[in-house]
Amino acid sequence: MTATDTLAPSPAPARTALRVPAAALGLALPVVMALAWEGAVRMGIAEGRLMPPPSRIGAMLLDLARSGDLVLHGGATLGRVAAGFALGAVAGIGFGALSGASPPARRLLDPTLQALRAIPSIAWVPLFILWLGIFEASKVALIAVGVFFPVYLGVVGAILGVDRKLVEVGRVFRLNRSQLARRILLPAVLPDTVTALRSGLGLGFMFVVAAEFMGASEGLGYLLVDGQQMGKPDQILAAIIAFALLGKAADTLLVAATAPLLRWQDTARERL
Amino acid sequence: MLALAHLSKTYADGTRALADVNLEVRAGEIVALIGGSGCGKTTLMRLVAGLDRPSAGAIRVDGEAVEGPHPAVGVVFQEPRLLPWLDIADNVGFGLLDRPAPERRARVAAALERVGLAEHARRRPRDLSGGQQQRVAIARAFVTRPRVLLLDEPFSALDALTRASLHEGLLALWGQDRPTIVLVTHDVGEAVALADRAVVMRPKPGRVDDEVPLRLARPRDRASPAFEAASRRVMAALDRSLTPDESRPAREPQGAALWW
Ligand SMILES: Nc1ncnc2c1ncn2[C@@H]1O[C@H](COP(=O)(O)OP(=O)(O)OP(=O)(O)O)[C@@H](O)[C@H]1O
Ligand SMILES: [Mg+2]
Repeated sequence: MTATDTLAPSPAPARTALRVPAAALGLALPVVMALAWEGAVRMGIAEGRLMPPPSRIGAMLLDLARSGDLVLHGGATLGRVAAGFALGAVAGIGFGALSGASPPARRLLDPTLQALRAIPSIAWVPLFILWLGIFEASKVALIAVGVFFPVYLGVVGAILGVDRKLVEVGRVFRLNRSQLARRILLPAVLPDTVTALRSGLGLGFMFVVAAEFMGASEGLGYLLVDGQQMGKPDQILAAIIAFALLGKAADTLLVAATAPLLRWQDTARERL
Repeated sequence: MLALAHLSKTYADGTRALADVNLEVRAGEIVALIGGSGCGKTTLMRLVAGLDRPSAGAIRVDGEAVEGPHPAVGVVFQEPRLLPWLDIADNVGFGLLDRPAPERRARVAAALERVGLAEHARRRPRDLSGGQQQRVAIARAFVTRPRVLLLDEPFSALDALTRASLHEGLLALWGQDRPTIVLVTHDVGEAVALADRAVVMRPKPGRVDDEVPLRLARPRDRASPAFEAASRRVMAALDRSLTPDESRPAREPQGAALWW
């Protein structure tokens, strides 16, 4: 330890000294802009009606949290995303595994699914409302459709991309089909599957907004619409921030939940 | 014993990778397969390993026909092909999962000891050097005690020093159960250092061109005159195999530069 210190005194500290401001640098712009806006509104240089200063957004968030509205609306949104994500992910993994593992199934399913994928998911909304009503079912269905396609594509790609050379190792050791699936295919496709689930989750949050725009009495998307109709930009921005935090938290949770399965390839994950 | 009779392989695109190959390898014998690029060495290995089916002919291990991957046949590929999600010990024990855990552990530990990687047992493949990874692959093949072991250019990606030390390790492992070994190589020195016999192949279509017996006592000294004489004999046979059929027996001096 001391030997390396004396041998290489400056480079390591110099690099960390550079890295800390580099991370802080990313925060500098938003913080400075927020402070500048806050100052400008306070001093009466700018008018904060349409673009409320950070303090008002913070106060609104606090209000919503205190009154329980944040939990109510955030919980409603989260519940829809969770249900839609679960449905879409299960279907995506199921069809993806089928398509990836069996060439006949792929020839049968893939063209249809690819054609359906070409339809913008929002275009389903009127049909879903006719079929499923205007309440939860149609919203969950829309989110599930949004989640399904990236998961399906990711899983098929992962299975088709499994290194044939590793499969041959399994064949040399005479694994049967289920052993091959469990001991080689499954671990090999897990990383890409998690990546697919993450992009599916991201789309889930995108589609929940669309779903809540089309008529909802609760949910963060409802807060957005309500803020627009009532002329409350601070409520809109508070809901946007809540979306950002929820989305990030859900993604972090997904990453944390799958991390034990993927620890062997943590070098690759650092790049994600 | 490993016996190939009238073995042929024509790929779907019409490439005649092997045509009427006949080869008998005695139990415990080490045979080096050597020959120019594209003469069907890998094809032959894959057929014996049961990874591909021959177009014609038969492969027998101790009289038993090989129709697919055979429990008595072990394979070491050109690349280590370790499973990145398993640690070193689990990679070595990959072919032993049908055995009781205590036996598996003991055999994996012994194999790791023998290839000098005991202290790396709990590390991941990516934390090992190329030479260490290839040692793990060799241990993984040996640990199931195959009667026939196939090695397809297992050391070609390694430097000369690492290669020489792996040769000794391979011979030490072989000395235990004396499996039959078929080793594909591009390296004349490697063939002479390891094999009891060099089988020289010729391309288009792939077939056996010549055989050079290597009856040198072990351990072999690379600097000895006998070693050099044997190397020259293999080199000459290799040169001959690279001259086009029409211009035989004339020997091309630049053949040596073309053989790989
Ligand atoms: N899957 C395949 N489909 C069609 N042709 C193939 C296939 N694999 C190999 N070949 C052809 O068969 C011939 C023998 O190939 P093979 O890989 O067995 O040669 P090799 O002796 O191992 O060569 P090298 O020393 O370069 O590894 C070559 O002409 C090659 O192009
Ligand atoms: Mg080859």
